Amino acid sequence: MDFIQWFVQGFIYLFVTPMQHEFMVKAVLVSALVGLVCSALSCYMTLKGWALMGDAVSHAVLPGVVIAYVMNIPLAIGAFVFGVGSVIAIGFIKAKTRIKEDTVIGLVFTGFFALGLVLVSKIRSTIDLTHILFGNVLGISDSDIIQTVIISVITLVTLAILRKDLILFCFDSTHARSIGLNTTFLYYTLLSLLSLTAVAGLQTVGIILVVAMLVTPGATAYLLSDRFDHMTLIAMALGVFSSVMGTYISYHIDGSTGGCIVVLQTILFVVAMIFAPKHGIIAQSKDIEVNY
Amino acid sequence: MGNISIDIENVTVAYHGKVALHSASIKLEEGVICGLVGMNGAGKSTLFKAIMGFVTPVRGNVSIHGLPIRQVQKRNLVAYVPQSEEVDWKFPVDVYDVVMMGRYGYMNLLRIPRSIDKQVVKESLERVGLWDMRFKQIGELSGGQKKRAFFARALAQQATVLLLDEPFAGVDIKTEKLMIDMLMELRQAGYTILISTHDLSSITTFCDQVILINRTILAYGNTSEVFTEENLSRTFGGSVGDFSGAKANSRDQY
Ligand SMILES: Nc1ncnc2c1ncn2[C@@H]1O[C@H](COP(=O)(O)OP(=O)(O)O)[C@@H](O)[C@H]1O
Ligand SMILES: [Mg+2]
Repeated sequence: MDFIQWFVQGFIYLFVTPMQHEFMVKAVLVSALVGLVCSALSCYMTLKGWALMGDAVSHAVLPGVVIAYVMNIPLAIGAFVFGVGSVIAIGFIKAKTRIKEDTVIGLVFTGFFALGLVLVSKIRSTIDLTHILFGNVLGISDSDIIQTVIISVITLVTLAILRKDLILFCFDSTHARSIGLNTTFLYYTLLSLLSLTAVAGLQTVGIILVVAMLVTPGATAYLLSDRFDHMTLIAMALGVFSSVMGTYISYHIDGSTGGCIVVLQTILFVVAMIFAPKHGIIAQSKDIEVNY
Repeated sequence: MGNISIDIENVTVAYHGKVALHSASIKLEEGVICGLVGMNGAGKSTLFKAIMGFVTPVRGNVSIHGLPIRQVQKRNLVAYVPQSEEVDWKFPVDVYDVVMMGRYGYMNLLRIPRSIDKQVVKESLERVGLWDMRFKQIGELSGGQKKRAFFARALAQQATVLLLDEPFAGVDIKTEKLMIDMLMELRQAGYTILISTHDLSSITTFCDQVILINRTILAYGNTSEVFTEENLSRTFGGSVGDFSGAKANSRDQY
């Protein structure tokens, strides 16, 4: 009896009381949505091997965000232009020079990011660099919420419609081409979604950590399933869970929201890495014993 | 004489300015199995890629049933099995999913399988003997089974033109025999099959025609006329010797 009472009170204190603040309601809802969208996309990123690309695009959007801010147009548009632009630049340099791809990626995204830093520092305005770099979901504005919702809807609808084609594109793009699918279109679709979700993720965890949102849930789910559909559902559940819990934790400990979310995601990954039924370290070592 | 199915006209392909295939012209009729024979680096895979439009010829033109290749692909008229599957074997798809990918061209935008698609996939899997393995993750298959799975996907496409690049490389004799039997069935159904292979001994048993290739078409026509010791030594630079019993090392292209 006492225990139940204690439990209920604890639950109310941890999860219900914070909701008296309007900003917490908004923060939890936005985090959940961003967690959902980023983790849905993260399955494609991990399977396509685009983690580095995700990191590049999310950093390269910075100048776009600043320019859009100055021009007073939606940040997503600026981010989109620079996100896709950075990838086109990467492809161009790779094709025209003898430099290896990972070097080109590292070179391009830091260049764009540095340009963004210069722009932020020179444009005297209310734009707050720390919010862009580290996120500010506890102080998110209504217009940012609307933008996040629009991006989320676009991304989820696109993924729902093109799901099978994108899976095929990630798995076997030669076959995709040979049955007449437009792989260039699929490539740029995936890339555009990456740029858009980078902006959505920017609101909650910031530019620096957004790549974690776009990689970690997919990687964790990949260790837990051999079926793409299950993997997606697991990733989305993990993404929403860690976003919501991370936001609460950051409220209670008064710490960085992005940091809390990503630390939580990483802990979940480590747990899966060790204990996953088939692909975890323990299961794998048992496998070897059996085989001996 | 059947209708012309694959029409390759004076095709020249170059990589970075270096010519890999020079002025190739071939006309294949319906209901023909044609073997493509040549050394490593002779341009066999290049010819397949040129037919599929994956490399753009410097000169020349390819059509299938009189249509440009993009149209052919969109109408599910051609199925292509590349030399080595450049796929991620740990990808979370099972054998059934992979074969179902051969049906996407017939489905609506959402690629929801209809009962006909499920039926064709089942038949294709049964024909290659992998129906019982259908729920296995693709990487859990053996080498020969992987080849059979991708062959089943090509079957599921129900395309009347089949392009097979070294389908017997690295497979066991049993699988090779099973695939040859199936190809002969498909020929009966009017399929046109272009197949490159290192196994010279089996060519005479199932190929109606042969193309001998070394950076250009050296000889091409009915197997009985073209597949002569003299032509083969020209193709392989005199290194074949007694070709009739020789099975060239099928892994040497890796
Ligand atoms: N992507 C490519 N880039 C540059 N050269 C290539 C490429 N693909 C093939 N080649 C060259 O073209 C020639 C023919 O290759 P290929 O068609 O693969 O021969 P085969 O399939 O008969 O072994 C070889 O000399 C090969 O090195
Ligand atoms: Mg080859």
